[in-house]
Amino acid sequence: MFLQEVTGVAHPLTATAARWMWALPLLPLLGFVLNGALSIFSAYHAGPADPGAPEAHGSHDVTGGGHDDHHHVAVRHRFATLTSIIGPGVMVLAFGLAVAIFMAMQRAGPELRTPFIQRYYEWMPVGDLHIDAAFQLDQLSMVMILVITGVGMLIHIFSVGYMQDDPGYPRYFSYLNLFVAFMLVLVMGASYPVMFVGWEGVGLCSYLLIGFWYLDKANADAGKKAFIMNRIGDFGFLVAMFMLWANIGTLEFDGVRGQATALGSNVVTWICLFFFLGCTGKSAQIPLYTWLPDAMAGPTPVSALIHAATMVTAGVYLIARSNFLFALSPTASLTVVVIGALTAIFAASIGLKQWDIKKVLAYSTVSQLGYMFVGVGAGAYVSGVFHLVTHAFFKALLFLGSGSVIFAMHRAYHATHNEDDAQDMRNMGGLRRYMPWTFVLMFVATLAIAGIFPFAGFFSKDEILGTLFIRARGSTLADANWLGIPGGIVLYACYALGLAAAFMTAVYMMRMLIYVFFGPNRSGERERDFLGEAPWIMTAPLIVLGVLSTVGGWLNLPESIKLGRIGLLDRWLEPVVGESTLRITHGAVPKVNLPLEYVLIGVALAIAVAGIIVAWIVLKPADLVPKREAKPEEGFERVLANKYYVDEIYDDTVVRPTVAVSRDLLWQGIDEGLIDTTLVNGIGGSKGIARIVGKIGSLLQSGQVGTYAWVLIVGVLFVLGAFTIR
Amino acid sequence: MLAESLFFSAVLFTIGVVGVLTRRNAIIVFMCVELMLNAVNLTFVAFSQVYGVGGQVFVFFVMTVAAAEAAVGLAIIIALFRHRQTVNLQNVNLLKG
Repeated sequence: MFLQEVTGVAHPLTATAARWMWALPLLPLLGFVLNGALSIFSAYHAGPADPGAPEAHGSHDVTGGGHDDHHHVAVRHRFATLTSIIGPGVMVLAFGLAVAIFMAMQRAGPELRTPFIQRYYEWMPVGDLHIDAAFQLDQLSMVMILVITGVGMLIHIFSVGYMQDDPGYPRYFSYLNLFVAFMLVLVMGASYPVMFVGWEGVGLCSYLLIGFWYLDKANADAGKKAFIMNRIGDFGFLVAMFMLWANIGTLEFDGVRGQATALGSNVVTWICLFFFLGCTGKSAQIPLYTWLPDAMAGPTPVSALIHAATMVTAGVYLIARSNFLFALSPTASLTVVVIGALTAIFAASIGLKQWDIKKVLAYSTVSQLGYMFVGVGAGAYVSGVFHLVTHAFFKALLFLGSGSVIFAMHRAYHATHNEDDAQDMRNMGGLRRYMPWTFVLMFVATLAIAGIFPFAGFFSKDEILGTLFIRARGSTLADANWLGIPGGIVLYACYALGLAAAFMTAVYMMRMLIYVFFGPNRSGERERDFLGEAPWIMTAPLIVLGVLSTVGGWLNLPESIKLGRIGLLDRWLEPVVGESTLRITHGAVPKVNLPLEYVLIGVALAIAVAGIIVAWIVLKPADLVPKREAKPEEGFERVLANKYYVDEIYDDTVVRPTVAVSRDLLWQGIDEGLIDTTLVNGIGGSKGIARIVGKIGSLLQSGQVGTYAWVLIVGVLFVLGAFTIR
Repeated sequence: MLAESLFFSAVLFTIGVVGVLTRRNAIIVFMCVELMLNAVNLTFVAFSQVYGVGGQVFVFFVMTVAAAEAAVGLAIIIALFRHRQTVNLQNVNLLKG
């Protein structure tokens, strides 16, 4: 069926469910085709409802739920029911298949050392360049597949409740399905170019979904911003691929892995740095992070799926996948650690003063992605991936929970025609009494992200910080120099930054909970009657995610906390990253130093608890006021609320000069001034040179077929003559 | 045998070219084009004696295209005649911009 490479021994997965892995991306792709067809069909044949008008909702997030007022009737799409079956349906099937493949891999057990590769056709046979359209399955991609299909499925189900009253409902699901398809291509590609297809595809879907309510210019602009900033990163990805190809002549992961050591150390460093530039775009790290907070213009489930759980972690996956390259370059790895740590604390500090509930979570995501990069940068590839998984659980839960909150707030404001901001936390307060389920689940997620024992984030964050500390004590990274600074010092500094960011994480998350759920309600007298829990189809996925956020830590228990089988993920990913990890630790498996570990755990836990307590002390729920009565921030608080003015700085240094050069110089100066005015109309006025040349040229166009035929024949004779005479 | 065939097709092709260049009646020009196509076909067949069956396969494609072209071309000429009451190419300069 496929172009199988001739190998002596059959791969242990050949005859298992893994042979159906090509169906994984095809299932969501099928959903995309069907939902897209419904959307297009209805756009041609339906009345005024489509496409996707957010009607009178302004910049707000929800069009859903309980339109019981007299102004406009809810415009439910006429294919809404069909879409509700197809959209989540394909995801359930894909998740089922993923689980079946996972079981097969588990049965194959430790003999599974090499990836299972399926080649479908030769994609780019150009000269020496042979790139196959091929998928590969190994332990790392399996983890990603399970997260994407599993969390994706839950978010699809949530979306049914959240979006089903939107006029663009099938369009929404078609984009969401397409996103999952591309994301699976990204993690299953067997070579960098195939991965790049997925990489670009998810970027496209991100763009489409950020600007889903495109009638509002702000949303469309946010989509463009995300797209353009990602192009900068993609430039890095492309250059890294070119360099790989030029130096070792292959782009397949397996081939690169085998030949990586043949690369010069400078070349490896540059390749890794260019790959990392790609990561800073896709995964929103300094300096390309500013698109992610703006991406919150999209529907909230999109923020949960694309801009928290899956797409933005693609950069982490890229580095974990390229571990054989990064392990060879301590300089590049240290760069990753430093950028990750700086991003973690920078974004966390901005999160301290945001008012929009989704903006808090967005900066929190940027910050947590920083942690993941600290992990994979320090050669703790398993810890980075571990945090990726747990983060997918609790951040998806936080986003979906905030979706429930916004949904309720919006419904209340909508019912009473209140124009206030339904996403501003100052307008919430006391929602604990109205939405107890959401409160409990958000509370669980907050404990998880803050790193409170025994919730998922505690284990993963602690593992990253702990490994960072151990790497600082002895590894190739600690021996290296980074811009003249000894690597060990850099790693200790990043550890300190990580702890500080952990403290801020606890503070801003607790602050969010206090503003949203505690104290008296600030929504308004009449609105209060309309507040309430979201429908069960939205709450049920939250409960599943809540359970996962609680027990997710058991995926990779450390030696020091024996609550079950330890190091499951460590052992699972060993075939993929084991070699690189050993290279970084000088070939030695570091001995577990239990007292030190307990100290590290104690410090991390104490800092998280301190953050929560500080938030409790500083913020008195009873003193909080709604947005319209709030005083403007002053001093440093204003700097934070304005996100360090980074957007403004980028505007002044990059955007405006570009616009100025384009408009004033290139357009009005060169195009209009030089070419149009001077050259075309200038020389000889209105009977200028251009017109004279044009007149002469037009004589050739006599319209006589005979003349044309003569010219043709003469031309042919001329060409033939040129070939024969020579 | 090859040389004779090639000579013959060269003669046919030249007749076609001269016809296209000198004649004014659209129908005649059109027939001359067909003549050129068939001259090429003859070359293909002649060479296929030496180089294998590929040339003969190609002839089928040329014939198919020629047939399609004949249908379209004649239709254009008929439309032209209805429009202008002439098929003299010198009286027609619709291609002029």
